[in-house]
Amino acid sequence: MLTANKGSTFKVFKQLVKRDIRVASRQRSDLLNPLIFLIIVVTLFPLGVGPGPDILGRIAPGVIWVSALLSSMLGLERLFRDDFRDGALEQMLLLPVAVEISVLAKILVHWLLTALPVLIITPLLALLMNLPLQAWGTLWLTLFLGTPVLSAAGAIGVALTVSLNKGGALLSLLLLPLLIPLLIFATAAVEAAVAGVSPAGPLALIGAFMVLCITLAPFAVKAGLRVSVN
Amino acid sequence: MWRWLHPYAKPEATFALTQKLIPWFALPGIILVLVSLVWGLAFAPPDYQQGESYRIIFVHVPSAMWAMGFYVGMAIMGVIALVWQIRTAELAILAIAPVGAVLTFISLFTGAIWGQPMWGTWWVWDARLTAQLILLFLYLGVMALYVAFEDERAGAKAASILAIVGVINIPIIHYSVYWWNTLHQKSTVTRAITRLEAPSIAPEMLWPLLVSILAMLLVSIVLVLMRLNNEILRREIHRPWALAELGITLDSSAKAHNDAEKKNVEKKGGADAV
Repeated sequence: MLTANKGSTFKVFKQLVKRDIRVASRQRSDLLNPLIFLIIVVTLFPLGVGPGPDILGRIAPGVIWVSALLSSMLGLERLFRDDFRDGALEQMLLLPVAVEISVLAKILVHWLLTALPVLIITPLLALLMNLPLQAWGTLWLTLFLGTPVLSAAGAIGVALTVSLNKGGALLSLLLLPLLIPLLIFATAAVEAAVAGVSPAGPLALIGAFMVLCITLAPFAVKAGLRVSVN
Repeated sequence: MWRWLHPYAKPEATFALTQKLIPWFALPGIILVLVSLVWGLAFAPPDYQQGESYRIIFVHVPSAMWAMGFYVGMAIMGVIALVWQIRTAELAILAIAPVGAVLTFISLFTGAIWGQPMWGTWWVWDARLTAQLILLFLYLGVMALYVAFEDERAGAKAASILAIVGVINIPIIHYSVYWWNTLHQKSTVTRAITRLEAPSIAPEMLWPLLVSILAMLLVSIVLVLMRLNNEILRREIHRPWALAELGITLDSSAKAHNDAEKKNVEKKGGADAV
């Protein structure tokens, strides 16, 4: 069926993207809440460790990235949960295109809806945490390159846990250890930029990690969905 | 090429194999544990820098080594379970995971005990320690995912996928953690560690260490095999061969079954009469 109609794969991809965006646009609070959570967590740190600008600037990359990781865990479940409940996921697995393509469409929409807002408010976070100005661009770049990893690797975790009722805490337990390299590379890049050194090395590593996740994750997601949908 | 694998899809065949293998691993394992501990604790010379307290190495290093080795073994079982759909491989994951997690925990625990007199602290955010801690989290994740499913086969498949994803990620985690540590300014504690590592180990210490590594491997394999055996029996408890293995003869159980049936019939008959 795939070879019979060459245009169909891309068409299905486009349709899935359109559909997911439309579905998401009808329940906006789902998208807004993780974002507000992110801002609140970042706000808590100055209250917790004291407002001294030097200490805030020093811990800023770590705080912003850890908060971004945690807030992404919050919104991750909706990647497959609603589709699983209403049966759309089953239909997606039955589509006459490779499941990996549909999964990529899901990941792309999830990234557009959850990571883009984070990228937009990043300057605000950097400002709140008193990050030195020369590192703002690098922080933005690490988030730009790193958030696709969150969506792609996150999709594996959601695919594995979507059929469970108590998926939330389990999801974090499964995913956070796997995302540690991302945190390390990202904070290393921002710290290098703060110190005035070129952050190209860690940035390249984040990029490599992103490519690895985007290319390999759909296969694991497919296997996970097969287990969950059954 | 893989034809030798297929008989072991049958639980009885695997059970018979593990039953046969256990003594072959257990006997040398116990002997080597005794040899390595007595040799290491009593006869190996004390370290010129650390004195007697270095002797914990004979537990610490083997457990740390096999903690990683068993994770890879678990992932290989995951591949077998997913590709060939062999159910005993799924059970093997369940058998390996807790053993590996305990090995990881032992290495962390003995490391803390060793670190207290040597570095003056129970825990350092050193690359090796951190990587080991993350490995423990990965083990816990696999185990948690396995038990979260009500359907045990689905849980096993999910755990296999997670183990494989983890094993791809482990080198990345490892190098990122090492790199993270070297990027930061090295603490005096870390410098002390590297100084301790610099001189190569004396042969009088190396030999008992190698023996203890082998002993730990054998004992852990025995534990895994015993767990696997138990798991197989637990799942197959309704099968005649499993009952026979447990010493319940088929005749008596069948008789009990028949008796129960008869009683039911009698009861029914009585009820009808009333």
